[in-house]
Amino acid sequence: MAVLLYRVDERLIHGQVVVGWGASLRPDLIVVVDDDLAGSAWEQELYTLGLPPEVTAAFTTVTEAREALPSWRSSPQRIIVLTRDIQTMSRLATDGILSGEEINLGGIHAAPGRRGVLPYLFLSPAEEEALEELVASGVSVSARDLPSSRRVECAELLGDDVARLASRREAR
Amino acid sequence: MSDTAPVRGIVVSHGKLAEGLLDAVARITGIPEGVLVAVSNIGLSPDALVAELRRLAGGGPAIVFADMSSGSCCLAARRLLHEDPAIVVIGGVNLPILLDFVVQRDRPIQELAARLVEKGRAAITSVTVDLPRHGGTPLSSR
Repeated sequence: MAVLLYRVDERLIHGQVVVGWGASLRPDLIVVVDDDLAGSAWEQELYTLGLPPEVTAAFTTVTEAREALPSWRSSPQRIIVLTRDIQTMSRLATDGILSGEEINLGGIHAAPGRRGVLPYLFLSPAEEEALEELVASGVSVSARDLPSSRRVECAELLGDDVARLASRREAR
Repeated sequence: MSDTAPVRGIVVSHGKLAEGLLDAVARITGIPEGVLVAVSNIGLSPDALVAELRRLAGGGPAIVFADMSSGSCCLAARRLLHEDPAIVVIGGVNLPILLDFVVQRDRPIQELAARLVEKGRAAITSVTVDLPRHGGTPLSSR
């Protein structure tokens, strides 16, 4: 079944992922792609405390994840791939290796320089730019915090930037 | 930090649960000024939630009560515990725990924490199965 979900979520492994998405996707493995967490045993332990026994977690660097991605895609396991921010997902997707895949945006919270797009999603100009680049590289990007929520396409998320997005794509 | 100072409590939850729990406590025992505060995760990033707990837990013995041991609110509390081993974190808070906390918070923090966990667990019952029935037919003979 390979990778069922690529998701950006600041909280990484938490209730929305384990219970909300887990109930419909029934993952065997949740892979957290994060250079800091990959080297922090105590934080890995924190994140795995809430996992049900049938789900395991793995923590990898971006470099390791890019190498492992082909094997995940052909794996018999049901895998969810998480990053805590768009920047990390963009690094994972470098050179178009996520082309044809769909990236789900979950919770990204308010912070200085970010504008509110949805109640659970706040984006900085740099993050919007990164999303545009992901779309241009052939990735489908949309926001949906839970499977039962409305899926919001990237063009709608970027709102007034849609025209700019279109012109960028035409220019390529 | 003195273990003899009365302990303060911070209740952290998804949504408005913490606020609602404190509302109930206030109606039952009352809450002395500054003894219990509620924190919601609404709109807070993981780092912002830890920062808020850090701000509220500083300056004396404190227990952080989180709604679910395995939830992201408790994870934020555990992060704070990693920085400050003097605090106590209790996951799975319920109303009986908080009521006992308000009344018993002069106890040393570790003793208090052990008592609260016991009280909270003991308070979870199936009224129809666990407790004696008065004037009714026992379930087993129906």
